[in-house]
Amino acid sequence: MNAAFSTLAEIRFGYGLSPMVAAPRSVDAMLARLAGPDVIATRFPIEGFRTRAAQERALGILRKARRTGGASAQTAFRKANRRATRDLIRDFGTSLIRPMLSPDGFRERLLRFWADHFTVAASGKGLRYVTTGYIEDAIRPYMTGNFATLLKSASLHPAMLIYLDQVQSIGPNSRIGKRLHRGLNENLAREMLELHTMGVNGAYTQKDVRQLAKLLTGLYYNFRTGFKYRAAAAEPGVKTVLGHEYGGLRGQLSDIHAFLDDLAMHPDTAQNIAHKLAVHFIADKPDPGMVQAISRAYLESGGALMECYRAMLEHPAAWQGFGSKAKQPFDYMVSTLRALGVEEAAVAKMPTRRLRQVFATPMQIMGQPWLRPGGPNGWPEQLDAWITPQAVAARIEWALMISAMYGKGNDPRDLARVALAELADPRLVAVLGAAESRAEGVALFLSAPEFNRR
Amino acid sequence: MTSSTSATRRDFLIRSGALGGALALGPLSAPMTLAAAPWDARLVVIILRGAMDGLEVVRPEGDPLFAQYRPTLGDRTGSHDLDGYFALNRHLEGLMPLWQKGELAFAHAVATPYRDKRSHFDGQDMLEAGTGTDVGLRAIRDGWLNRMLGHVPGVSVKTAFAVGHEDMKILNGAVPVSSWAPDARLDLTPQGRRLLQALYRGDPVFQAAGQTAIELAALSDQGAPSGQEGSAMAMSAMMRNPARAERAAALAKFAAERLNEETRIAAFSIGGWDTHRTQANAIRRALGELSAAILGLQKTLGSNWKKTVVMAMTEFGRTARENGSRGTDHGTGGVMLMAGGAIRGGRVFGRWPGLRPEQLYQDRDLMPTRDVRAYPAHAMRAMFGLSSSLLEGTIFPGLDMGMDPHILA
Repeated sequence: MNAAFSTLAEIRFGYGLSPMVAAPRSVDAMLARLAGPDVIATRFPIEGFRTRAAQERALGILRKARRTGGASAQTAFRKANRRATRDLIRDFGTSLIRPMLSPDGFRERLLRFWADHFTVAASGKGLRYVTTGYIEDAIRPYMTGNFATLLKSASLHPAMLIYLDQVQSIGPNSRIGKRLHRGLNENLAREMLELHTMGVNGAYTQKDVRQLAKLLTGLYYNFRTGFKYRAAAAEPGVKTVLGHEYGGLRGQLSDIHAFLDDLAMHPDTAQNIAHKLAVHFIADKPDPGMVQAISRAYLESGGALMECYRAMLEHPAAWQGFGSKAKQPFDYMVSTLRALGVEEAAVAKMPTRRLRQVFATPMQIMGQPWLRPGGPNGWPEQLDAWITPQAVAARIEWALMISAMYGKGNDPRDLARVALAELADPRLVAVLGAAESRAEGVALFLSAPEFNRR
Repeated sequence: MTSSTSATRRDFLIRSGALGGALALGPLSAPMTLAAAPWDARLVVIILRGAMDGLEVVRPEGDPLFAQYRPTLGDRTGSHDLDGYFALNRHLEGLMPLWQKGELAFAHAVATPYRDKRSHFDGQDMLEAGTGTDVGLRAIRDGWLNRMLGHVPGVSVKTAFAVGHEDMKILNGAVPVSSWAPDARLDLTPQGRRLLQALYRGDPVFQAAGQTAIELAALSDQGAPSGQEGSAMAMSAMMRNPARAERAAALAKFAAERLNEETRIAAFSIGGWDTHRTQANAIRRALGELSAAILGLQKTLGSNWKKTVVMAMTEFGRTARENGSRGTDHGTGGVMLMAGGAIRGGRVFGRWPGLRPEQLYQDRDLMPTRDVRAYPAHAMRAMFGLSSSLLEGTIFPGLDMGMDPHILA
């Protein structure tokens, strides 16, 4: 069956149909909303990086004091640590509420897409409490502008500099390098080419990685002093990356910006971004025509992301077929909350302990610990990476719990018609009608392939 | 509905990714007898994700260049001499008794055919696919352990088991295999179970995964309270986020329990090897997990340990020289670990290329002197009676197995 525009718009490009939120009716409406003000973020604020970084710094001081101090130092640290954990979980709750209530679902999906593209995992290196703030500051405001701007904002952000060890990289021939006998760390340079821009099939070599590592020296951040370009740590001399020369005798931040502007407009970058968008939203093996259309829009517009989104949404393949992708666990949970019409207060007023029990931990068992993918390549895309026996069991278990909490008043057959509209198969509706109880029927629907695919 | 219900009662477990296999075997309701395991030998493959630094783990301390290349990481405090030239990293101290008993060995200076781009993710794909550079990475559809299973008789879905939450591409492919994580569970009424099977019937991926989930849930924590509140409690127990070594031990224990039953091949992964900075500390946790996993296998396997070969391998090694932040960057040649009562241990296999600049790969990485695939190839020939032509032509296409290193006792 051919789905209506608004059905696919919500399921494929948003967080699913809801009895409480009107679905968009056209591509223009989707893009106009995205181009407009970020209403939901204003309504449900999340702390930015600066506040969280200050918190992390204070926590670091208390952690140190705890080692030498007495019982009061212990208590002070534990209290601050508990507070930070509470804030983290509260921000996680807000991250659920925004897409749960927003009529601008495409923006929320793009947020997760770009946060994954520019992964900073919230584990280790002091990043646990600051990653949400990084996404809020470095990704969210820049998703509708130019890719080069987003690239600079994300890949040079302090959180990224820490995550990919750039803060450890020092030009061996720089003043600091010679004094401390320190040198390069290639991590950010490699991932910048492989993951952030050109893709692993891009036309770059180990030599480019090495030269870029030299170019990136000087970027520095720590929680105490903040961001600083340290010319004294920058490798002196001209660097040749991808056939172009950057920098001179004394390194400066503008050399790095100039390189990133060029890198953003490399055809391999256009191709990689286009392919990733199509894979994320449409199919694990996307229509090559669509990838080409997005890539062309990218290059012709000078990397204007809105033009890329338009090219994707206006391509016929965007509105054909259904269900070749699996909803990732976060998306699965949010689309459940939307389908059940769960109200803001149910999540906003939930104690943090319950937020963990009901959402964070099950999400982890489904294979997606919140903001903690295994590496800088982020979460996998293929359906069979998510639909494993252990993950399916976790989805069914969670569906049972959530239907007991929120599903009591719902007839599972109505739920199917709300959540899938005309895509609700009569056979599915019939099976749901045979459940022993409404709660079980709701859980069955939430476990059904049709609701787990998009 | 009746037919799919009866199917659950049989031991018919299919991994979600194995759609082709499910179809090849016919409808789920087809009668199927569970063959006895084809062999008695056990093979465990551990994928070490993130590029383990072979030079850090099995350290060529006999060469003064090692300390020169690694001004801080070269510190030999606490490492354990293995053979007068190599020393074992101090965080693997717990494995020394195995070394002394001849149940631990290494193959040094090994690598997959992957070269130069040094991407973790492509490197891991190639390691698990077992292919050479002649096959495009994007063209790889299955893993080498799965291809192997396609060429031996008497294989059931329980013969091979992928353990944990990580996608194990090494076992993906046409032959149905099992997969489960020790912390997963499922608690459905019989009616709910029947309906679920009805819902999944038209969807092979969900059907395969769901069927396995229903079967395997019984293997997980039986003591947990049941019912919906019970589910929440079981999940909240998971929040405690056990120490990583405990998690690795739990994976190993679960794998060993399956291996004590019908399973003969198990695979899981251990991450945390991407030690770009302060490696001496950063590698401690990962080595702790590896050590806990191997000791956990040994403990739970009991008398089956003597029939077992464990192979732990990584996508590539790291730079010979320490980088600017007391870590190492992505390299080429590395080390593979072997353990088990069935191996001829207590030695470091492989031809050592040397550490002089001109002996390194691109004056940067340890030079690989042997294809890492040669070791599992020789092991599987000895354990499962596979022919060299099958191993070199199909399981590891393009591999030259070369001289038999005789890694089995």
